Amino acid sequence: MDPDIKLRVSQIDKYFFGVPALQKIDFTVRRGTVHAICGENGAGKSTLMKIIYGIYKPDGGQIFLDEKPVRIQNPTEARKHGIAMILQELNFVPESTVAENLFLGRWPVDKMGRVDWKKIYAETKKFLEREKLPYSPDQKLKTLTISDIQMLEILKAVSFHADVIVMDEPTSSITQRETGVLFDKIRELRARGISIIYISHKMEEVFQIADDITILRDGMVVASRPASGFDLDSVISLMVGRKMENAYPKEEVPIGKTLLEVENFSSSQLYKDVSFSVKQGEIVGFAGLIGAGRTEVMRSLFGLDPFTSGKVRINGKEVKIKNAQTSIKNGLAMLSEDRRLYGIVPVRSVEENAVLANLKRVIYGGKAHKGEERSLVSDYFAKLHVKTPNLETPIQSLSGGNQQKVLFVKWLICNPDVLILDEPTRGIDVGAKFEIYRLITDIAKSGKGVVMVSSELPELIGMCDRIYVMSRGRVTAELERSQFNQETIMKYAM
Amino acid sequence: MIPSNKVNARNFLSKFSIYLVLVVMIVACSILSPNFLSGDNIVNIIRQLAIGTILAFGELILITAGQIDLSSGAVLALAGILSIAAYQGTGSLFVAFLVAIVVSVICNILNAVMVTNFNTPAFIATLAMCDMARGAALLYTQGQNILQIGDYTVFGQGSVGIIPMPIIFLVVVAVIIAYIMNNTRFGRSVYAVGGNEAAAVASGINVPKVKYTAFILNGILVGIAGVLFMSRVNAGLPNGGVGYEMTGITATIVGGTSFTGGIGTTLGTVAGSFIIGILNNIMTLTGVDSYVQQIVTGVVIAVAVIYDIQSKKKKSNKIILPEDSDEKTSKA
Repeated sequence: MDPDIKLRVSQIDKYFFGVPALQKIDFTVRRGTVHAICGENGAGKSTLMKIIYGIYKPDGGQIFLDEKPVRIQNPTEARKHGIAMILQELNFVPESTVAENLFLGRWPVDKMGRVDWKKIYAETKKFLEREKLPYSPDQKLKTLTISDIQMLEILKAVSFHADVIVMDEPTSSITQRETGVLFDKIRELRARGISIIYISHKMEEVFQIADDITILRDGMVVASRPASGFDLDSVISLMVGRKMENAYPKEEVPIGKTLLEVENFSSSQLYKDVSFSVKQGEIVGFAGLIGAGRTEVMRSLFGLDPFTSGKVRINGKEVKIKNAQTSIKNGLAMLSEDRRLYGIVPVRSVEENAVLANLKRVIYGGKAHKGEERSLVSDYFAKLHVKTPNLETPIQSLSGGNQQKVLFVKWLICNPDVLILDEPTRGIDVGAKFEIYRLITDIAKSGKGVVMVSSELPELIGMCDRIYVMSRGRVTAELERSQFNQETIMKYAM
Repeated sequence: MIPSNKVNARNFLSKFSIYLVLVVMIVACSILSPNFLSGDNIVNIIRQLAIGTILAFGELILITAGQIDLSSGAVLALAGILSIAAYQGTGSLFVAFLVAIVVSVICNILNAVMVTNFNTPAFIATLAMCDMARGAALLYTQGQNILQIGDYTVFGQGSVGIIPMPIIFLVVVAVIIAYIMNNTRFGRSVYAVGGNEAAAVASGINVPKVKYTAFILNGILVGIAGVLFMSRVNAGLPNGGVGYEMTGITATIVGGTSFTGGIGTTLGTVAGSFIIGILNNIMTLTGVDSYVQQIVTGVVIAVAVIYDIQSKKKKSNKIILPEDSDEKTSKA
């Protein structure tokens, strides 16, 4: 018996309708360490975490806590055993207060059975002081940032005496600086002897924070050892099961005439005097911190949000921006950063989603040309390797990467001159990311211009010909490929 | 390559369950009552269903687009009353018919103005319209029924050959609505707007125009229903059609239209309407107490909607799994 081992997972199997999702999973989490779990989407990471947290029951195998076998039937039991989970998508009621949130589901009551609010607020105040958090107990959650709420969730878990905390993609929606704060907290918790299971797609982060790494592929553990025994390439090739020759399939493409020129684009508050241009065959990046105004500029440019002044020329001709409809007519297309909110129509079929931005192409002369639609969409799906059971499948049943590819098809069917891509690889696993990069390269090769907004610097550096850096609503730098490096870009982004 | 639409027994059942229920009901009813399958009874059922089903088509379009109309019962009455007045004034059935449509379309344009220009939820906007239209109908008639409407009854009681007029109206309207929903850009846009309005906007769909068109189409349908209603009851009833909007909503929801928008079909709506209609008919034929009838109808609606939600849940679980395994095979 090793007193160093906090959690041990032994020979865990899980089947869904006879299909193996996890097979003979073995790994151990040491006390007071950060243990990263890496794997592509569908590799079984979430299934494994759900078993540890009691949401799923395993079909075989055993979990040990402090080397004692435990049965975890549901999340309540998991919490009793000191296991907590911070979900990727934080669910919270924006109108509720910090105190209400902290005591959600465990309200103390007085003798009459009434909720004892006095006690709740007093306890919360003590808690906030102890953890040195600068909020007041009656502050509403909507006034906090996502990272504040996340921090609150983590500390709440600790206050439940959790000593194993599972964090599922905790940095997917927070800024770089907030990630720093989070990592400081993680290191502090680690020093207190708390074990952290850390799931992330961002390899840089994993190497920054993890003590041990376990890699899952197709529901099996393919490697599990201290992080020092891995490097970036070995992790990626173990995850995808093949060697990644080059993470970014960048190709030299002849640069043609200017397609899009934006001059002194300004809104009342969000951004000011933004000017940039995009040429044929060019991939133009937009770097910056979250809130720098990049998405806002693109949304206005595409006609989704208002702007106050500025000129836009497409193919040398000045255009009036009114709404998405006229922008599409003018040769623009925009893949939104938020796939679920602005991208997919979840309940409708992949086929309907694919033709949505260019209905005229398949419905004309007062008639829907179903055969034409079918062959158009299947051709594009084959070209982009979209994996779907059939064309009637609701798009919500596809994986994130495949949904994103369907949305690429949607915009390619419009045959735009300039394609704006806002965070095109957000929430997509490594293998699918590579395919998306190749697709972007192909789009540039076909003579279109690409604008790529991304918060992942390596991706911009790997893919772009030029990068504009934005900070606080203004363009602070325009960099050529030879000038690309992370430090320079970050300096201008601050 | 993408396989063509896989048909397996389970998918087939869940996709066509509503029609299966209808067939089972028809078989069961014909056993329960020998009169059920008689020509007279069937014509009777369809004639009774015509008005509710036409209203249901309007609700189908609106609910699928993420809207709803709670004013159709009242607007039906106002349109019918003014239509009869126009007939009495001009003696022209054509003018009378036109007046009903115009009145109902105006009411629905007002609905659309409230919904699109002032961002009022359709539930509230049409609830307001419900009071306005009912009040207007009562004001115009001073609360009195208009009797002796003469040849106006031809719409609801006449027939072409052996086929009663309401059935002709129903079939023509159903065919047109099915065509609009399946074969026009407007139809596609309705599904997209109801399924995810923000995504529809970002895809260049003119969302306000889609909503206006949806309400105007609903207006035409409610106008037709108003003419059929007054003509069938042989009077202008300012208090007629109370609760008819619920009949329409019920039919389309039982027929598989999703209350959250984005899903719904014309044929499903017809099936939903017939299921409710046949249920009421067989209960009448077999002498079930009319209060009990109402309870049974309520139970059927609850069961239909629960079943629909459960089967959708199962379906979405089911599809994700083969997709997962699909990814695995592709990586190997």
